[in-house]
Amino acid sequence: MTAEQIIFLIVGAVTLLAGLMVVTVRNLVHAALWLVATLFGVAIVYALLNAGFIAVVQVVVYIGAIAILFIFAVMLTRRQAADTGPALNKNWWGGALMSVLTFAGLAYLLQGWSGFSKQAAAIPSGFDAVSQLGNVLTSPQGYVLPFEVASVLLLAALVGAVYLAFNKK
Amino acid sequence: MIPLSWYLILAAGLFSIGLFGVLARRNAVAILLGVELMLNAININLVAFWRYGEVSTMAGQVFTIIVFAVAAAEVAVGLALVISVYRRRNTVVAEELDLLKW
Amino acid sequence: MTFWNDPLKVAAEWLTGVFTGWGMNAVPAHVLVAFLGVLMLITILMVIDIFLVWIERKVVARFQDRIGPNRLGPFGLIQPFADIIKLMIKEDTTPAGADKFVYNIAPMLSMMSVLILWAVVPLAPVMLGVDLNAGILFIIAAGSIGTLSIIMAGWSSNNKFSVIGAFRQVAVMVSFEVPMLAVMLIPTIFSGSMGMNAIIQAQDIWFILLSPLAALIFLIAAIAELGRAPFDLAEGESELVSGYNIEYSGMKFGMFYAGELLHAFTFGGFWAIMFFGGYRFFGLEKVSPFLAIAIVLFKAMLGYWVIMWVKYTVLRIRIDQMLAFNWKFLTPVAFVLVMVTALMNALLRGADGWLYITGMILSNVIVAWVSLEVVRSAAKAERGRVEGVQVVEAAHH
Repeated sequence: MTAEQIIFLIVGAVTLLAGLMVVTVRNLVHAALWLVATLFGVAIVYALLNAGFIAVVQVVVYIGAIAILFIFAVMLTRRQAADTGPALNKNWWGGALMSVLTFAGLAYLLQGWSGFSKQAAAIPSGFDAVSQLGNVLTSPQGYVLPFEVASVLLLAALVGAVYLAFNKK
Repeated sequence: MIPLSWYLILAAGLFSIGLFGVLARRNAVAILLGVELMLNAININLVAFWRYGEVSTMAGQVFTIIVFAVAAAEVAVGLALVISVYRRRNTVVAEELDLLKW
Repeated sequence: MTFWNDPLKVAAEWLTGVFTGWGMNAVPAHVLVAFLGVLMLITILMVIDIFLVWIERKVVARFQDRIGPNRLGPFGLIQPFADIIKLMIKEDTTPAGADKFVYNIAPMLSMMSVLILWAVVPLAPVMLGVDLNAGILFIIAAGSIGTLSIIMAGWSSNNKFSVIGAFRQVAVMVSFEVPMLAVMLIPTIFSGSMGMNAIIQAQDIWFILLSPLAALIFLIAAIAELGRAPFDLAEGESELVSGYNIEYSGMKFGMFYAGELLHAFTFGGFWAIMFFGGYRFFGLEKVSPFLAIAIVLFKAMLGYWVIMWVKYTVLRIRIDQMLAFNWKFLTPVAFVLVMVTALMNALLRGADGWLYITGMILSNVIVAWVSLEVVRSAAKAERGRVEGVQVVEAAHH
């Protein structure tokens, strides 16, 4: 058991546990805070995968913006401060069955794949993921078109969200 | 060294938990929380395949960044919808939003 | 590699030798030494924090034409210790109906978000916590944790004023992150990297000379991020009875307060690193790392002094004015500045030193002048509208 494996096991267990708390906790503000813990765990997993830039962007975008948006939305859509009613709906057992089947199906399919137990190749020295990412996102033979389309999508979402939530007094 | 299978199982587990959240929760905001978990699981998959494949092909990381942007856009519009529904119907419980026109 | 050239590495190797001599394996010894290094850094930062309280009170006193604390010890130096003792022996209340776990964890997260920033601050060419190649993004990420802690504090206090204060503060912090991130791209353009050490190494000419408008926008956005005046509406004592801080007493409030001062000092440090050359001072930093640390701390103190100067001079701004200022003025100017800087950098890249500097300064001045002209014409139109209405009203009477 190398140190990396121990760290991964701990982080993976914490992430899955926090994810489970997100979907079962009754108090929605707590659920949003458990989501923050899950997102942190995922950021650490990215760092373990040598994707440092993606890890930092995960914290900035997800925890700094999306989780805060969730907390605001939870606080703005309630009549009183406490949570009323059950957390899960009538058919929660069907949902549980579906998720267990999905996990079992995915695990079965994956373990039949030849590359399942691959080990990681060493990263070539001098490989700068950030500058490579920048190059590939802005070169015409790379991914500049999806990049620009994503920015148009964000603009559309911005305009749409403002219009939907606008309070025309 | 960590084999690829560990990351894929972690992502599959997180995805199933998110799926359970979407299917079983009453509150609309809580459903969106489940969707976020699923998107994060997908991202773990993408970055793991980038790392365990050819590292110089940045496709995995590029795809991850596009998914970040799409998730942010979807959360923004989704929560705006939930807030404006709350303003009209005073409820965000998904079961109670069952009229096509009111 | 003697102690005076590279103190941290020598100390770490000596300690690792001691631990492995006691029979520990190599890897846990390494981890323990790293842990001890982090502990030492945090201790030094908290000691600096104590003296920041003293500096703050003396400086605000001088700005207000009085002396400040001078009873306890020479020049009042024992005063912050008395403050700490007072905060520690105060009753630690928790409001009824508060969310206990979230309430208690919020000040810890707030302090954590500040301390974590010092992992990427280069104190000397060889003394750096982690040489992240995305150091600039790391600063924004740590700011997000601070934002989260404020929402947690405001919501869990079970108090309407807390919630309003927290919402306003978080809205301001999230809004001002946008121009801050855009302007932090300008040292990136000049130095070709987002890592702090690379930015300092690229500052043969200080970046404040190459892009003064960027330094100014960064200062304004940083003061808004810190939640200090003139952007401290969330904790304005006269409006919201200290906002998200209301229900916090004793050492928990002390953590928020000390965290805010340390945060201001840290951002003074970042202003110095990104625009004033960091630990560089005409080659002095190569003499000894301790001299480099002294230079960084001196420049950080100067930056902190500027932030204090702004706080104790300018009036508080209203929340809608703050947000309008950010979205209608600061963000467009920051984006235009980034584009113009990138363009000028691409055009003048191979040019001679003086041409480069004059070109950059000229482009900054033009962007600032054009944006001020736009604001002036918009203000004139607004005034015409308001005064036109007033003239019509006066005519009706």
